Formats: sequence, C-alpha cells, structure tokens
Amino acid sequence: MLLYLTRRIASSLFALLVISVIVFLLSHLSGSPVDALLPDDATQEQVDSFIREWGLDKPLWQQYLTFLGNALQGDFGTSLKWPGEDAMGFVLDRMPATLKLGGLAILISVVIALPLGIAAAVYKGSPIDSLAQVFALLGQSMPNFWLGIILIWVFSVWLGWLPTSGTGTFAHSILPAIAIAWFQVSALARLTRSSMLEVLDAEYIKLARVKGVSETQVIWKHALRNAAVVPLTYFGILAASILTGSVVIETVFSWPGMGWVAIEAIRGRDFPVVQAVIIAYAVIYMLSNLVVDLLYVVVDPRIRHG
Amino acid sequence: MAETSPNAPIAPTFWSKASDLPLIPIGLLLIVFIIPAFFAQWIAPHDPYVPNLGARLQPPVFFGGTWEYALGTDRLGRDILSRILHGAWYVLAVSMIGIAVGVVVGTTLGLVAGYARGWFDGLVMRLVDISLALPAMLLALALAAAIGASFLSVVVVVGFALWAYFARQVRAEVLLLRNSDFVARSQVAGASHVRILFRHILPNVTNTVVVLATLQVGIAIMLDASLSFLGIGIPRPTPTWGLLVSDGRDFIATDWWISFFPGLAILLTVMSANMLGDWLRERLDPRQRQI
Repeated sequence: MLLYLTRRIASSLFALLVISVIVFLLSHLSGSPVDALLPDDATQEQVDSFIREWGLDKPLWQQYLTFLGNALQGDFGTSLKWPGEDAMGFVLDRMPATLKLGGLAILISVVIALPLGIAAAVYKGSPIDSLAQVFALLGQSMPNFWLGIILIWVFSVWLGWLPTSGTGTFAHSILPAIAIAWFQVSALARLTRSSMLEVLDAEYIKLARVKGVSETQVIWKHALRNAAVVPLTYFGILAASILTGSVVIETVFSWPGMGWVAIEAIRGRDFPVVQAVIIAYAVIYMLSNLVVDLLYVVVDPRIRHG
Repeated sequence: MAETSPNAPIAPTFWSKASDLPLIPIGLLLIVFIIPAFFAQWIAPHDPYVPNLGARLQPPVFFGGTWEYALGTDRLGRDILSRILHGAWYVLAVSMIGIAVGVVVGTTLGLVAGYARGWFDGLVMRLVDISLALPAMLLALALAAAIGASFLSVVVVVGFALWAYFARQVRAEVLLLRNSDFVARSQVAGASHVRILFRHILPNVTNTVVVLATLQVGIAIMLDASLSFLGIGIPRPTPTWGLLVSDGRDFIATDWWISFFPGLAILLTVMSANMLGDWLRERLDPRQRQI
C-alpha cells in the first residue's frame, strides 16, 4: 500500500513538472518573454532588471530552472492587468470562492445521482429507470454554459427566486453549482445504476435473498456497499470536470473565482497571472486525485493489502 | 452510453426497437449539423455577417416574429438561423480535424507501443497518464494566452484531449493480438513489422477506433463550444455556436432567442452524436457491451 501511494505521489509530481515545462515553453512561444511578462510601457531599466532577475540572457534550460525555482517559492511575477498584485497571491485569494462552488457542486451531484442511480437499478425498466436514462442523455448533451444561462432566465428573470450573478449570500451560489453539477449527476447516476445492476445479479445477493433477508437490507446493506466502489473511481474524473466547469460557469455567473480570473487574465494578456492560475489548478487537480486514491485504498481491501 | 449489465438483453433502447438503424439521431444530425455545414450558403436565408439595423431584435416566429427571420435576429439585425447554419461548418471542421488528429496520433502510438513493448511502450504509457491527468481546459487557457486563440489552437486542444483514449485502447487490443496465430504466421512468412502492424493488426482494431471516435464527437463539439463561449476558440466574427450563445448571454431577460437557439443546436447535435455512438458500440464492439 505504501508502495502504491508513493508511486501515485511520484507520478503526480512528474505530471506537475511536465505542466511547468509546458507553461514555461508557452511563454517563449509568443516571442520574447519580455513582451509577454512585462507591460508594454516598461522602461529599458525595468526590462534590464527583469532580464537579470529571470536569467533571460542565459540558455533556455537555465531559464527554466530559474522559473522553476521562483515557482516553487510561489513567485510568478507581478500581474500586468491588476498592477501591483503578486500573480500567485492574487490567484490564491480567489481560490476559496472556486472551492466553495466546486464543493457544493459535488454535494449536489452525489445527493441527486446516487439515489437516482440506485432507484433506476432496483426498479429496472420502470418509469423511474426511463426517467433516469432520459436525464442521463440530456445531462451529457447539454452545454453547461447554456444551461447556466437558461437557469438565470427561468429562476432569476421569470420567477425572481435567485440572484442572476455575483456573490455574497448562499443564494448566489445555488444556480452556478447546479450548472456545474448537472453533467456529473447524469454520469454518476448512470455509473451507479450499472454497477448496482451488476452487484444485484451476484451470487451472494441471491443467497441473501434465499436466506430471507429483507429486500431493504439486501439493497442498502449488501448491494450498495459493493456497488459504491465503482462510482468512487469516478471522483477523479469528477474533479477534472468540475475544474473545467468552474472556468466556464464562473464566467457565466461573474463568480469571482479562479476561473473568472483566468479568463479575465487572458483577455488582458496578463501572462504571469495565467501561468499562476494554470499551476494552481493543476495542483488542486493532482491533490484531489491523490485524495481519491487514498479513499480507494480505504474502501477496496485488494489495494490495501496488495 | 450503453447498458452494462451482463445479463441484460443486448439493450434495445427506445429508439432502436422501431428499426435497426437509429433513424432519429441520424436524421437530427443531418438536419441540424451536417446539411447546414455543407450547404449553409445556399439554404441560409440571410447573410450571417452583415448587420441590418432595420431588423434589430426581431423575435422568433410564433413569438411575435415572422417567417422572414424564423429564429429572430440579434442586436445588429443579423438572422440567428443564418448564423447557426453558417456556424455549423466551423463546428464540424474543428471537431472532425481534432478527432482525426487524436485518432492518427493515438492509434499510431498505441499500435507501435503495444507491438514493440519495451521502453517505447513505457514512454507512451507515461505520456498517456500525463495527458489523461491534464484537463484539456488548462492547455486551452495556456495556448490562448501564449499564441492567441485560432482555428489551429482549438484543433490542437481537441486532439490533445482525445489522443490518449485511442492510444490506451488500441495498445490494450494490440497486446492481445500480438500473441495470436495470424501474427506469428506472418512473422514466420517473413512479413516486415510495418506490414504486420498496418496490414494485419490495424484492421483488427478498426472497429474499436471507429466506435471510440464516434463517442468522442460529442466531447469534441462540447469542448469547441466551451472554448468559443469563453472567447478562446475560433475568433470573431466566425459564428461558431459557442460564440453565438455568448453573444446573447447579457440579454437573456429580454431577447432570449439570441442565446437559446444556438445552444439548442449544440444540444441536439451532441445528443444525436452520443446516441449514434452508443448504437455503433452495441453493433460493432460486442466486448464493450459486456463490461
């Protein structure tokens, strides 16, 4: 188990390293990094001191090491669009807003998808099952930004129940969280359904029924515990798609999190902030995947003892 | 996606019961996506680019508008229907070329990795892991910031998002195939490795690749739409569908049709592509049915 975890951590770190190389190389793709990383009206002195600080007069690999060294200390330079802001500090300030939205989205997906998937499996072929399948098809095919706009139209404009955009109260976070969760609900419900169907067909379930264990006990105690392993593996993918969702949905709802910052920074050609945001996203993503791996170890004894 | 219970009858879903061919998704795909993509310039009633301030914000027909502008017009008086029809070509081009990049890169690497084994296999599988661990959105953000968004950058992002799935799946199949009799006999007969790979092994993985590619169409279109919605896809004035939705997002309270219909086009296209992919998988890939 220790070996397994060490290997997972090592491969996460390696992936982060690759991302840092990509981000570094991209700042050189656009021509001189001086143009990408300094404001247009920088003086010659600023340019000179920038070149010295980041070692831009050295060979490429040395520049990368300088970049990596600075990055490890959280130094990605100064924002161009928001003058005076430290790029990574600025991004980190926005992180809680994004995590809050993502957490709520995960909560919504689990609370809706698990019961829906279980019901669809237990009452296979019933209207509940058909409903779940239509829901799954729609969920996978509906663009989340469009759903967000439609939600605003229905719940904010027509019904006037919830605010259209911005932050502040809990009510502000409901619509964006639903828009992010929508796709996960369909994926997670389908996965739960198929893994539940498979387990319900197993010999030990038949045995339990033959023994006279009540149907409620069979479903909730015997079947669900085993069926839950498969949806759990999905949580790694969930993290990625919530991350992607947050970039899009924060823009729709003007939710001032990391995704919103990323898009604003790109519009303002603020490369230091873009670099910081990408690395921050990547770290969150790797960490959440590690947590999933840990949960997996806890749930599945084959890995624990393997 | 298909039903996955081992004992389920080979899932006749609600649309394939009526007929063997999934006519509804094929028809929808043709009407909403493929015919507009190729014939927009002949069937679109108006010019998608030229503003017509005399016809600003016409509502759709049945909502107080006329058949002249069946889906309404935007703030510059441009016909929404014409813009959707013209946008289809770009959505089709980006998703098809992006998938083609993913298929060619992924299949080739998967074939060689599975056949050659050794260090090359290890390298490819590491790259697959990293690629799967990197949300495509991050690459899209980085590319947009570094070189600006363009047709090419979107194709690169789509190809990058998909190649690893092909590489992993093809490699797994090649690992099984390389030990089979026909490969051993070809080797004995003196066939070169290249010939064995591309003449003998490749045809055996074609079904898998076709099924996977069809299932990726929806993902590719969705990715393209998200990028253009964010303004990091194909730049203006090209009327890609994501951009059309984004055009109307600030006016949803009053002029809902500007965003609504382009989004509906995305929904219908992705939905039919997904249904078609599921159907193909059930027909062509009996093994995946049982997983």
